[in-house]
Amino acid sequence: MILRLHSYWGARGCAILQPYDMRMGAGTFHPATTLRALGPDPWNAAFVQPSRRPTDGRYGENPNRLQHYYQYQVILKPSPPDLQELYLGSLAAIGIDFTRHDIRFVEDDWESPTLGAWGLGWEVWCDGMEVTQFTYFQQMGGFDCKPVAGELTYGLERLAMYIQNVDNVYDLRFNDAGVSYGDVFLENERQMSTWNFEVADTDTLFDLFRKAAAECENCLAAKLPIPAYEQAIEASHIFNLLNARGVISVAERQAYIGRVRDLAKGACTAYMEKNGWMA
Amino acid sequence: MDGVTDFLLELRSEEIPARMQDKAREDLARLFAAELDKAGLKAAELVTYATPRRLALIARDLPAETQAVSEELKGPPADAPDAAIEGFLRKAGLTRDALQTREVKGRATLFAVIDKPGRATADVLAEVIPTIIRAFPWPKSMRWGDASISTESLRWVRPLQGIIALFGDDVVPCAIAGVESGAATVGHRFHHPGVITIGSAADYVEKLRACHVIVDQNERRATIALGAKMAANMAGLTLIEDEGLVSENAGLTEWPVPLLGRFDEAFLDVPPEVIQLTARVNQKYFVCRDAGGSLANAFVCTANIDAADGGERIVEGNRKVLAARLSDARFFYETDLKVPLADQATKLEKIVFHEKLGTVADKVDRVAKLARWLAEEGIVKGADPELAERAARLAKADLVTGMVGEFPELQGLMGGYYAAAQGEPAEVAEAIRDHYKPVGQGDDVPTAPVTVAVSLADKLDSITQFFGADLKPSGSKDPFALRRSALGILALILDNGLRFPLSRTANNDVLDFFADRLKVQQREAGVRHDLIDAVFALGGEDDLVRLLARVKALQSFVGTEDGANLLAGYKRAANILKKESYQADTAPFEADYRREQAEAALVTALDAAEPASAKAIANEDFEAAMAALATLRAPIDSFFDQVTVNDADPAKRAGRLALLARVRAAVHGVADFSRIEG
Repeated sequence: MILRLHSYWGARGCAILQPYDMRMGAGTFHPATTLRALGPDPWNAAFVQPSRRPTDGRYGENPNRLQHYYQYQVILKPSPPDLQELYLGSLAAIGIDFTRHDIRFVEDDWESPTLGAWGLGWEVWCDGMEVTQFTYFQQMGGFDCKPVAGELTYGLERLAMYIQNVDNVYDLRFNDAGVSYGDVFLENERQMSTWNFEVADTDTLFDLFRKAAAECENCLAAKLPIPAYEQAIEASHIFNLLNARGVISVAERQAYIGRVRDLAKGACTAYMEKNGWMA
Repeated sequence: MDGVTDFLLELRSEEIPARMQDKAREDLARLFAAELDKAGLKAAELVTYATPRRLALIARDLPAETQAVSEELKGPPADAPDAAIEGFLRKAGLTRDALQTREVKGRATLFAVIDKPGRATADVLAEVIPTIIRAFPWPKSMRWGDASISTESLRWVRPLQGIIALFGDDVVPCAIAGVESGAATVGHRFHHPGVITIGSAADYVEKLRACHVIVDQNERRATIALGAKMAANMAGLTLIEDEGLVSENAGLTEWPVPLLGRFDEAFLDVPPEVIQLTARVNQKYFVCRDAGGSLANAFVCTANIDAADGGERIVEGNRKVLAARLSDARFFYETDLKVPLADQATKLEKIVFHEKLGTVADKVDRVAKLARWLAEEGIVKGADPELAERAARLAKADLVTGMVGEFPELQGLMGGYYAAAQGEPAEVAEAIRDHYKPVGQGDDVPTAPVTVAVSLADKLDSITQFFGADLKPSGSKDPFALRRSALGILALILDNGLRFPLSRTANNDVLDFFADRLKVQQREAGVRHDLIDAVFALGGEDDLVRLLARVKALQSFVGTEDGANLLAGYKRAANILKKESYQADTAPFEADYRREQAEAALVTALDAAEPASAKAIANEDFEAAMAALATLRAPIDSFFDQVTVNDADPAKRAGRLALLARVRAAVHGVADFSRIEG
């Protein structure tokens, strides 16, 4: 499936990239999306990004909720006029039959308070299941997108469940030699859920958050937006872990989100400055 | 009418959010009518349609041209200085020889007559379309594509893909943001993805239908409502109807096909409200009841396609999604059940209720004490103080549960479920469940004593606290919904007949606020506001049950002949007293002249009616008080017929005025009749 998507989007001018080697909540955090959405230069890329969402962990007991899963992400800047048709073409390429499935574009405006970003678009439903987030970025890191990028984020596990017609993500066939998704990931989901929700040492996490934030500032002072952005990604993930541990109160929550946003915005601003795009 | 033509406009875009479509149709009609009006045009009828992918308007019977108009401007006198005349020429856009000269009040005056010829309607439309598109008030709009390199590029709800503009069967040429008008559109995304050409407004709806697009939202709604009902009936079930869902699904489909599916019966362990909400909010499915009236393990989804396999795979896919959602709901439910509500309640210390009013835990503490007091004082009869306090202490605990975090609208309800499952007494669980009620006019008003105590305490606390912090509602602003809380309190007191002197917990500010709300509420219930005023004007009444009983007795009394005549007699007496600027004498008046017969009869009647009325009022028997007043009617009438108040003898005059004052005072013992209209 990934190979088919690579070949489909590769044939349409996308640079095929590799996953970013950091823990992050979504493909949108990949610098190839966040940073490249800034500025006037055209940019087309496609890549897989493992995504970690600590609060979505269900100890391996939910048929499609995971704290670690894979997103396939496509970013096209500026957004092409036939983006919806291109997207549907990619679904056909991975074997979705439009005469037997119900594909719908359901309003879902995207906002990432930690990235200072928002866009309008839809969640794409296949027979009621959200399989893709489809967004026209309007702002990133607090900057208006000029031009607007179109972002497609496919939930690979969910699409695979459709194509293989299985009810439970852990029953997915990982290959044709009898290895299932559960063989690969079930124990991982159990242990990571336990760690995310119950075990992770919160003092250590608070400390890591502070250190990532400080290092981000350090990079910004050195006018190095890319390493600064990496630290913002790190801080964001640590915040998600703290959130899963339930140690951040409602009032503090906003303050933490604001802190991460400031780091991300700082990195985006530095990136704009470095490229000479600040007005 | 001859020479009139229909106009068709279709604005095709990527999927328009369902919730915005109705408003968009209204806006389109409004903007279009306004722009036509500027050009002096008016359509016989405007019809609008919306689907996820198009917003359309048909304007019927437009003339081919706008009316020619002749405009006349009055200028300066013919002998005015050159500068003034030149200024006028510039303004009129004419030369000197084109001006006319006419006599005005004996003076030769210049006039400019400007003929504006009629314009082709098509030309007007070509200007109107881009104007409307630019001015369109979408709640949220976006930029897209190459043009978005500038932030000034066109904004639309989603990328605009095409424009049909047909006046009769001619294209009205216009272009905006690179999209040119034409006659082409597309059919259903999957059933008929190709381009179709529309001939005119007349064939628009039918051509689209042939391409699997039902363009009329009302027709799609009817299809969904009926189809969903039938799908349920065919399975031996009854659909739980939901108009909001019908509209939403109509806004998500161009070719709606309701399909029924089943989910695993095991999920029915989860509270039915949770299942219904999960199905509705997350998946936009209808749910059904079985023959016994319980929630059935079935859902109805609305596909946007006539699937090649009859929808089998679509239903199967939707079933899986719902199963995952319900599995998640069950995860929350089971996780929440494991934590006693009393433990959850301790987490409320971390939730701020309002920055000036402390945490939710602080509020809970106040409400618990107040609920206990209401029970102990016997204001809410039959409520066990222990249970009232217990229920109040647990009532907000579900705010920190996973389920309410996911579905805030389940607050209260989930607490009730958890309390019952955790072995709390039934009264406590019920009070937790229902303590937010009544939420609005028409909502059920709790009657169970413990529930009434908690509900009342919760709302009273909110009002007194926010008033205390000077956060009162003003004008249209009521951010804490205090008016709704006050109405809830009134309903709780009146429906349950609570004898609750509000001044025991509320200051004058709050009492005035309640009085206002009571007037609004009773007016809506058909009680005359002047009668409420008449009773309120007596002052000192903070027992709403007593107050309304008096108002109601008054309303039925003034509706009788005795009442109407007494009111007339009262007004006559009051007017005379007012005219004479009569000051009531504090000392009892002893007549030292011989009273006339009618005068004496009135005194006798008053001697009997006054104590009777006072006694009745003390017993809260307001009908009897009214009946006592009614006995005054005939003597008052005779008095006015037979006795002259303004007698030449000052003693007689004074005596008679004093008698009228006594009548007025007697009537005021029941209500301030001067406030009554009519």
